[in-house]
Amino acid sequence: MTTRRQFLVLAGGTLAGTAAQAQLPANIEALRKAALAEAVRKVTGGAQVRAGRVKLDVPPLIDNGNTVPVSVEVESPMTAIDHVKAIHVFTEKNPQPYVMTARLGPRAGRARVSTRARIADTGKVLAIAQMSDGSFWSDSVNVVVTLSACLEDGLI
Amino acid sequence: MTRVVVNLPQRARRGEIIEIRTLAGHAMETGFRRTQLGELVPRDIITRFTCSYNGVEVFSAELHPAVAANPLIAFSTVATESGTLEFRWTGDNGYVATHTASIAVD
Repeated sequence: MTTRRQFLVLAGGTLAGTAAQAQLPANIEALRKAALAEAVRKVTGGAQVRAGRVKLDVPPLIDNGNTVPVSVEVESPMTAIDHVKAIHVFTEKNPQPYVMTARLGPRAGRARVSTRARIADTGKVLAIAQMSDGSFWSDSVNVVVTLSACLEDGLI
Repeated sequence: MTRVVVNLPQRARRGEIIEIRTLAGHAMETGFRRTQLGELVPRDIITRFTCSYNGVEVFSAELHPAVAANPLIAFSTVATESGTLEFRWTGDNGYVATHTASIAVD
């Protein structure tokens, strides 16, 4: 037989518990998603981004998120009339979505850029190539990070 | 004291695509870390990198706090003529580092 007092304590406890658990991560995740979408929109100006032509090379399993080799290669003849103007790299789970923007032109000869990034948590890495004809192409990789960059702040 | 390392071939054939790898010694402090007392460590990063080939800019990059410490940037360019390549890194708190390398094209 449950008394009224016991019922209230139980109900209150579970409600408070689920609310606290659900609210923070959902909020943060939505904020990060919105920040990524905003960053992409800033780069593309609302133009359509198609999948393909870009090859993003990131290891799928990352031991240490503080230095992650990232390289992006874009299929392009790299001539004066048809070349890659810029390559943008974003991550989904970092405090800021931006990683790097590389600006190149026909004198690059080959559209390939490499760097090392910090990745805060398991999630998506996105590369967008901006072509000279105004089109945008992208590739994304889902990576698993075991030791995160900037974990100590509880930023994730 | 700024220290940079640039790796590129000294000689190339005309029209050949050469790969250039650059490394700059920099902590790339993100501005999101805290000290043990809970104070934010201010952001101190390299924000921009450019490469000029005989005075013409052939590559540039904008960096953000998500680039790892001692940023590595690897890219390529077409060896068009003999001359010099100038590399320049600029960043927060007036950080500037430059490096020049010469290439012989035949």
